[in-house]
Amino acid sequence: MEFLSEYVFSVFFVETLLNGLLYGGVLALLSLGLNLIFGVIDVVWICYAELVMLGMYTIYFMHVFYGLPLIPAALIAVLVVAVLGVVLHKVVINHVLGKAPINQLLATGGVLFFLQSIATLFFGVEFLSLGVSLGSFQLSEDIYMSTSQFVAFLVAAGAVVAMYLFLSRSYMGAAIRAISQDRDIMILMGVDANRLYGITSAIGGGLAGLAACLLSLQFDVHPFVGISFGPIVFMICVMGGLGNMVGGFLAAFVFAELIAIGGYFADLEWGTVLAFCVFVITMFIRPEGLFARKS
Amino acid sequence: MLEIKGVTAGYGDFTALFNADIEVKAGEAVAVIGPNGAGKSTLMRAISGMIPLKGGAVTMEGQDTRSIPPHKIVELGIAHVPENRRLFPRMSVEENLRVGCYAPPFRAKFSERLEFVYELFPRMKERRDQLAGTMSGGEQQMCAIGRALMSDPKILLMDEPSAGLAPVIVQQVFDLIRRIRSDGLTVLIVEQNVQQVLKVVDRAYLLEAGSIRHSGSSEELLGSEDIRKAYIGV
Repeated sequence: MEFLSEYVFSVFFVETLLNGLLYGGVLALLSLGLNLIFGVIDVVWICYAELVMLGMYTIYFMHVFYGLPLIPAALIAVLVVAVLGVVLHKVVINHVLGKAPINQLLATGGVLFFLQSIATLFFGVEFLSLGVSLGSFQLSEDIYMSTSQFVAFLVAAGAVVAMYLFLSRSYMGAAIRAISQDRDIMILMGVDANRLYGITSAIGGGLAGLAACLLSLQFDVHPFVGISFGPIVFMICVMGGLGNMVGGFLAAFVFAELIAIGGYFADLEWGTVLAFCVFVITMFIRPEGLFARKS
Repeated sequence: MLEIKGVTAGYGDFTALFNADIEVKAGEAVAVIGPNGAGKSTLMRAISGMIPLKGGAVTMEGQDTRSIPPHKIVELGIAHVPENRRLFPRMSVEENLRVGCYAPPFRAKFSERLEFVYELFPRMKERRDQLAGTMSGGEQQMCAIGRALMSDPKILLMDEPSAGLAPVIVQQVFDLIRRIRSDGLTVLIVEQNVQQVLKVVDRAYLLEAGSIRHSGSSEELLGSEDIRKAYIGV
């Protein structure tokens, strides 16, 4: 009981849960992008977080180096990563479509290390900061929230809602969901699968670019920054059932809360350890993912 | 309307259809009958662009289908109801119908076509928000035909529409084909249920081991001793 009153019914615990919720928003955005690409193209972009890293460099250079205001710099970053997504598809993914998953994994894994090395080569290993501080605001007497985290959450939530509307209301969105359910007959529906793949890659890249902008409000950019959330995003998608966008969305918040709660009861790093342990155990119990559909 | 001349098609190195000649005139209903593995589905897939032709040509109202990308074939007015229905199981009935209207030239007519399909299948209107994968086989077949009709086709290709359905539903499917015909739509249908299908079509082709062995009017084929023995079993 003492444990409960000291740790659980505490205002700091509420703050922890809120922080987990905010972090979950950005993770949900990233897992949506990765799931979208997997669902449509049937290839996992293992290098997804490295696209985010390049997006973080883009906004950094646009804002700090070229002195563009934050919003235009962010728009350019989204655009640049969207184009990178299409380039990745045309140059690499197109050649491993329909191949054994291990080949796809190795190819996109190769791109991951390629992008890390090229970033090291061009940008060095320094930690670069956007230098934007939005400060914090007071939610209640004892609870302070980081404004940049809050903004990131709101923008991510807005993007998720926009994606939901796009997928559920438009012809293109309907075709994107349809192709993940039956690839071969899309030709009968008048759908050019290659064009759909290109558009999906651009959207997936654009979501990574947007996430990059949101993350660079909170984190410094360096060539290996992808490591700090790439594996998490991948595991979220697996836990939610790979390709299942709703499952990935929920799993993002489960994962973010695990990290936050683990960090609350021990050191911050323990949060990630706890989350990964839960992931491994989940794979024992429900290898198809926590929110997998019954088939 | 639809001319298939010397068409050879298959999968990879495997050829399932050899040098087939078939013609369907406007307003006709034509069946392709034959045993399992005769190449009937291959024929349908070759017409609608699901698989490339290895030889020969398919022309729709004078237009060679090889002159356009395969996903544009539906825009020539060829709609294909694939074998096993192939609905998008985790999308609602109405969303399935929407995908059937995907090609940009069709979109302007979406509401009009939706109304047409719902009039033809009032059951689909009742189930518009139900996930397609949760419906019965007969309802799924209606939805699959409806999805093909969304593009307002000139010719409807149907691949084994009665397969896997209960006898009572099979009867409904054939009644439906009669109704579609009487609306003036041209139909090319592949069926194993030979006796039933010969009652709704004008002519039929017999396909065996990848080649067309015989063709004739429905009465002629129904009267043929060989066909009665091999495919009707009486």
